[in-house]
Amino acid sequence: MSIIQKTATEQLALLNSGELTSVELTQAYLNQIEQVDGQVGAFLRVETESALAQAAAIDQKRATEAPLGKLAGLPVAIKDILCTKDTPTTCGSRMLENFQPPYNATVVEKIRAADGVILGRTNMDEFAMGSSTENSAYQTTQNPWDTARIPGGSSGGAAACVSADMAPLSVGTDTGGSIRQPAALCGCVGLKPTYGRVSRYGLIAFASSLDQIGPLARTVEDTALLLEVLAGHDPLDSTSVKQPTPAYSETVKQPLENLTLGVVDRHFGAGIDPEIETAVQSAIQVYESLGATIKHIAMPHADYGIATYYIIAPCEASSNLARYDGAHYGYRTDQAEVVAELAEDGSDEGPLVRMYRKTRSEGFGEEVQRRIMLGTYALSEGYYDAFYLKALKVRRLIRQDYDAAFEEVDMIIGPVTANPAFAQGEKTSDPMAMYLEDLYTVTANLAGVAGISLPCGFTSSGLPIGLQLQAAPFQEEKLLRAAQMYQAATDFHTRRPELS
Amino acid sequence: MSLTRQDVEKVALLARLKFNEDGLDKMTDHMVQIIQYVDKLSELDTEDVQPMAHALDIYNALAEDEPRPSLSREDALKNAPKRDEECFRVPAVLGE
Repeated sequence: MSIIQKTATEQLALLNSGELTSVELTQAYLNQIEQVDGQVGAFLRVETESALAQAAAIDQKRATEAPLGKLAGLPVAIKDILCTKDTPTTCGSRMLENFQPPYNATVVEKIRAADGVILGRTNMDEFAMGSSTENSAYQTTQNPWDTARIPGGSSGGAAACVSADMAPLSVGTDTGGSIRQPAALCGCVGLKPTYGRVSRYGLIAFASSLDQIGPLARTVEDTALLLEVLAGHDPLDSTSVKQPTPAYSETVKQPLENLTLGVVDRHFGAGIDPEIETAVQSAIQVYESLGATIKHIAMPHADYGIATYYIIAPCEASSNLARYDGAHYGYRTDQAEVVAELAEDGSDEGPLVRMYRKTRSEGFGEEVQRRIMLGTYALSEGYYDAFYLKALKVRRLIRQDYDAAFEEVDMIIGPVTANPAFAQGEKTSDPMAMYLEDLYTVTANLAGVAGISLPCGFTSSGLPIGLQLQAAPFQEEKLLRAAQMYQAATDFHTRRPELS
Repeated sequence: MSLTRQDVEKVALLARLKFNEDGLDKMTDHMVQIIQYVDKLSELDTEDVQPMAHALDIYNALAEDEPRPSLSREDALKNAPKRDEECFRVPAVLGE
């Protein structure tokens, strides 16, 4: 077995015992990227030189017996939405093509402080808006299990690179399912922490009340390790919660006794792919065989999740993205063209407004413009109550559904997606169809609860299927332990895509 | 709730975006579809429900009032598309 096929936890043991150096490990992943990323397109930029330099510095530190951080030389891939000082951070957008942030995101600082090696930046839907990574302004990413299909999104590159053994650990973001859905479609593990568990400082904002950073990895154990590094209160993010970070990686292997899992009946039946239904039902049976009690619960407002999300998220996005004005940073249109148009059409629109409009129409892609338009409309005079206020009220009802459910059960178990990975281009002309991809995942963001996706089977054509567990706020420790119980009893997470 | 092409044009100005004729047609079609879908929320009676803007019940997260260094002017200006020594440069806001 080659070194990159081992789990991060196994690699960490080899690093700590001195059988492996961080430079060897980093080089092995760089070689794999070189070999297969031409087919996958997971990385926007591979930072070969700086990765090897960081790895060498960590090896040096180890040689002097200085204490090492928790990642101790493990490579990590970073979604291109997390600010990294003086290094391009594009957010998958032309708008930020030449942007080099003047500061680091807190999670980037934390990975560095934990002696992680940053391998490169992964592809994503522009400003994290999408479910297929097809909205990236730069490239598409292919699903490693079938390169004619999408990897999911918006953290498509983050999931695909783990799935194709190009990184042992990967950081993504999840606003409506953007970690869990690609993890499910690419056959890896992805966790969306409770809102407030991980600092969002330096995360380029899409919808601030929903965005959360989280880990992706091949196994639950590795996911626990990375979450332990990412989590924690940060004075630079007032929405990060002052709660101690449990030692997830130390407790993850302890099974939970008297586990009660809730099943939502309306997650099944009409609308879900029968092979996914079968795989998820089998996973529920695995839990029963492990001693879990299954209860049927009602989430009466779950069907309103997508409608609520597609009001709240665009409203927040239209406000957040107002900062891209062509003046402070990012793309700006050609001034000569603005002047020429001004002379030509004789309307009373002044040069500054023209500059804004032309800059934003050229710098943003179609989906981002659609969300800005929806948000602007829903927040405009006369519509605010009917749309935004209404959605905030339904959001409360959805949260109350969760609160009631967690009175009765420890976790909610169900599917991540209704369908396996779809073909490239299949949904690009139908925004509503793309939005419905997040049917089972958005409610966790609206309510602010934690959720994890883990491999639970394959379709007859060999595409991965994901299982979702959701837990009450700040119950990640239990969530990981429950997920690990399943992974210890099954081997879906050990299968690998065949890339030539 | 109907949404016309003229409405979309007005929203585009508010959003500081601009569409050509085809783009405006397409945006109108898509927005009408999405708004029809989200209108599903009107089925619910929410008369007595408190709106929920945020998942956390945190109020007034205050920092200690201690001065610390902020971004330098040079760092803040570094990514500007157009600048001089101390300012962002933009097209004339007032008439010539």
